Formats: sequence, structure tokens, C-alpha cells
Amino acid sequence: MESVRRFCVRVAECRWILPLLLVIGMGFCVAAESGGLLNSYTRFVLITMGVNIILCASLNLVNGYLGEFSVGHAGFMALGAYAAAMMTTRLFPQMPALFLPAIFFGGLVAAVIGFLLALLSFKTRGDYLALITLAFLMIVKSALENIPWVGGPRGLAGIPTLSSLPITFGAAIVTLWVIRNLVFSKFGRAVVAIREDEIAANSMGVRTREAKILAFSVSSFFGGVAGALLAHQITFINPGSFDILKSTEILVMVYLGGIGSLAGSVLGAVIFTLLSEVLRDFGTWRMVILPLILVLLMLFRPRGIMGLRELPWFLPRRELTSRRKKP
Amino acid sequence: MAYFAQQSVNAISLGFLYALIGLGYTMVYGVLTMINFAHGDLFMLGAFVCLLLVTFSPVALPFPVLLVLVMAIIGGLGVLIERLAYRPLRQAPRVSAVITALGCGLVISNVTLSISPYSRAMPEVFDDRYFNVLGVGVSLLQLLIIGVSLALMVGLDVLIYRTRFGMALRAVAFDAKTVPLMGISVNRIISLTFLIGTGLGGAAGMLYGMAFPVISASMGVLVGWKAFIAAVIGGIGNIRGAVLGGFILGTVEIFSVAMLPSTYRDLISYSLLLVILIFKPYGILGRAPNVKV
Repeated sequence: MESVRRFCVRVAECRWILPLLLVIGMGFCVAAESGGLLNSYTRFVLITMGVNIILCASLNLVNGYLGEFSVGHAGFMALGAYAAAMMTTRLFPQMPALFLPAIFFGGLVAAVIGFLLALLSFKTRGDYLALITLAFLMIVKSALENIPWVGGPRGLAGIPTLSSLPITFGAAIVTLWVIRNLVFSKFGRAVVAIREDEIAANSMGVRTREAKILAFSVSSFFGGVAGALLAHQITFINPGSFDILKSTEILVMVYLGGIGSLAGSVLGAVIFTLLSEVLRDFGTWRMVILPLILVLLMLFRPRGIMGLRELPWFLPRRELTSRRKKP
Repeated sequence: MAYFAQQSVNAISLGFLYALIGLGYTMVYGVLTMINFAHGDLFMLGAFVCLLLVTFSPVALPFPVLLVLVMAIIGGLGVLIERLAYRPLRQAPRVSAVITALGCGLVISNVTLSISPYSRAMPEVFDDRYFNVLGVGVSLLQLLIIGVSLALMVGLDVLIYRTRFGMALRAVAFDAKTVPLMGISVNRIISLTFLIGTGLGGAAGMLYGMAFPVISASMGVLVGWKAFIAAVIGGIGNIRGAVLGGFILGTVEIFSVAMLPSTYRDLISYSLLLVILIFKPYGILGRAPNVKV
């Protein structure tokens, strides 16, 4: 037993396994895409999984690391999805080469709005911030329904299928990498300090306002990126698909996988994607089971599977050595 | 002018309904400082329970009996949810309770949606009549809504400011840690608060279903959460603020629909919420809590 444990620790602390896995994964994605190894259903599920990982990790930045409760992530998705789709359908149609700039543009639009929202609401916390994000979600949805130029309530159809396995995989890796570097920087310590005690952090000289606004903007940027990818996967978006249930799905992923943990975000997104495929036959009862899981999680394991713990693969090297020194 | 007066009557009756639902949010917030996101869905269930009672009752139930039954059933359900889902989390971080409440609300609305996927027509509970007062049409139903809401609100106000239970309730809201030392059972006060608050929500659901007789599972989100905006505008946790907020929201909605395309209604209501939260986060009558270190 002891030898198994020691082996696990050595694997977990081995620095070259994760890069190797990423290279193999990317190679597999490119091969599968060009060689047609996977049937369209498996491919669809894998792309959804990648999008969900981006959503889950980005929401974890606000709900997990910052310790706030945002229910508006679907609103940022909607902004990113619409912005990117407008670019690929209206501004530059028939130009698949511009898909990456379109994704970036989608993320940027979401980030700007997220920045403004954080700027305006930085004084409020807890329940009130949850409310502001809820109001934001409803406003985005009704605003999109009232703009005929983007299709109104009927939505936007005919978006080109541009989200591919390698692009989604790459976007997920970039998301995790950026968030990981942010979280283990000076900024990240400020964010975690706000979660633990905002007043104490403030009196220790932590710039809580900047940290909160930056965390919120980064989170909304990747929410927008995920929305852009989703729009170019399912090729049809309407305001109704970015509602409170979509936000709840992301919340389930975050709190299932574990708050304040990137490994938890990946785990939560993977389990959730597979689970919702299994539950597909249940129709609307699926939307009963998902919130029920959320409630049971809160009652019995409020921090989720990985809650506040991290797989050593995701830790920076100096973090790992400083942890090893501890008795 | 007659048009304006007519819209005002509509605004008042809608305002009373919002106020009635908003009271449930604000009572729970006042006592537990927690947003009961499931309240809107219990409001929706109030309309459905009324529909079930009217459809399946062997004898035609008169309106007052129906009202009491709906209030009792929905109030009981509210107490049950508090007991099973919120009470275990009372010591947990506040965010956990908010997430649980949101989850409970979604479970209720989606169970209703799965059982009854289509909108249903509310049967007539009594014969409605129309009066013409100085050129303004007022229905008996609107008078009934105003009368019942007014009676319930006055009753609540008396209960909270004039009785021993009300004193205990205000004491729990003021300082839940010291109150048990005075020999008051906090759990009983909280259960009673949920009974009354969600009971009022159930009554509002029934009245709303009678006034706008097409009911659906999405009513909780569409209407219930609006009432929540009303409670926040007035200052959540403040009983009189909820009533004031209900009227403000009712007026804004009725007149925005009268002047703009009706699809702008939600946009305007939620923008109002956002503006209020940003510039006056504790509402018109609410006070900012002192955070002690």
C-alpha cells in the first residue's frame, strides 16, 4: 500500500507528464480531425467537453477563487457568441481564417462588458453581487431579443461550423494556462485573500478593487470565448439558450469539480458533460436532476470533489518546492 | 385622461400583487439575511395548487376556503424546504445557502414543467363583474385583489409590530445569536416566518392566476423574480419597503408597456434593478449594515 502511495506521489510531482499528455492530446485532436477517426457524435461530445472546461475554469475564478457568487456567466457566453457570430456571418463571411480573431473578439466584447459591470458593482458583495449578475443576465437576454439586427427572439442561424477539435483543445489549454498563471501570481494571492477576508486584505494593503475587477474581466473574457466556440459548434444561437439554466449548468460543474481548483474544474466539466449525455433521454427531467445535484452537493460536500486542493501537475515549480518543505 | 386613469388602476392591482410576493422575499431576508430564490417558484405553485383544487374538488369551493387552503399548502411546503435544505446550511457560508435556494427553485419549476409542459387555463373561481367608475373600468376581481392584499398586508403589519411573535421575529432579525439566550426558539420563529412568507406568496400566485388566467411553469421566473426586484427597490428586509417597491415596479411596468413595445418590459424592469443596486444598493427604505471586524 505504501509503495502504491509513494508511486502516486512521484507521478503527481513529475513535471514532464502533463506537457507530454498535452502534446499527445493535441496530436490526437489534429489526427482525428484530418483523418476522420471519430464519428460525429463523439466529436460533438469532445468539443462540448472542451467548451465546458473553459466555462468551468473561468467561472471558478470568480465563484471559487474570489469567493463571490455569479449567476451571470451565461450572459457573457451570449455576448461572446453573438459578437463572434456577427463577425463570421455578417462582417467577414466565407473567411474561416478569421475564426481565431473572431473568438478573440467575442472574448473581448464579453470582457469589456464584464469590466464595466465589475467597475459599477465593486462596492456590493455576496447576495447583492449575485443579484447584479442575475439582472445582467436578464438584461442581456431581453436586449438581444429586442435587436432585430441579430435575429431578435428567433436567434441567429447559419453560423459556419468552424469549431474544431484542435481549436477547442487549444483554447481550453490557453484558458487553463492563463488562469493558472494568474492564480499563482501576486494578483492571485490578492484574489484568494479577498475570499478569506476582504476587510483584513484591504487593511494589509491588498488592492482589493483592482484584483476583483481584473478577476471579473478575465472570467468574462473566457466566458465569451466559450460562447464563441459554442456558437460555431451548434451553428445556431438564440437568446433563450443563454438563460439561467445555462448558468446553473456551469455552477453545477464548478461546485461538482471543486471550488478554487483547476484540476477540479477539468474534472467537473468532464463528469458533467458525460453525465448530461447519459441523462439526455430523460427530457425535461434532466433539468430537475441537475439542480438537485447542486442542492445535494451544497448540503453534503459544499466544496466539491477537489475543493481548494490542486493536482501538483497544475502547480508552478516554486509552489511545489515550498509545499514540500512543510512538515 | 381616462386612459391614464385606466392604466393607473391596472398599475395599482399589479403593484399589490408584486408587493404580496415581495413580502415573502423580504421577510425571509430580514430574518435569515438570505435570498430565498425558491420563493418565486412557490408563488407559481400557488396558482397550480389552486387549479388542482378547483379541478378535482367534488364540491365547488368558495373563494375564502380556496385562499386559506392554497396558503396552507404553499406555506407548509415553504417550511418543509427550509427544514430540509436551508436549516442544515445555517452555519455554512452564506453563498452555499443562496446556491441551494436557487437549486430548490429550479427543481420546483422544472418538476412542474415536466408534469405540465404546456400553459394551462385557470378556471373561473367566481363570476366576475365590471363596474364603470367615472369612465374607468374596474373589475370585481381587481377590487378583490386589492382588498385581499390590503387585508393580508395590514394583518402582517399588526402581526409583526403588535404581537409577541412579531417582537420575537424582529429580535431574531436584529441579533439571532442573543435571542436564544432569552428563551426564544429561533428555529420555531424561522419556521413560522417561512410559513407566513411563502403562504403570502401562494396567495399572490392564486390571485395572479385569477387575474391573468394563463398559468405556466415559467411564471416563477417571469413574475416571481420581478417581485424580488420590487423588494430590493424598496429595501430588502424592510416590510414597508416591499410594498413601496411593489407599487413602483407595478407603475413602471404598466406605463412602459403602455408607451413602448411590450417586449421592452423585462429590459426596463431589470435595468431599474441594476441602477438601484448600483446607486442605492440597500434600496429606498433599507439601511446599510455596519460591518464589524
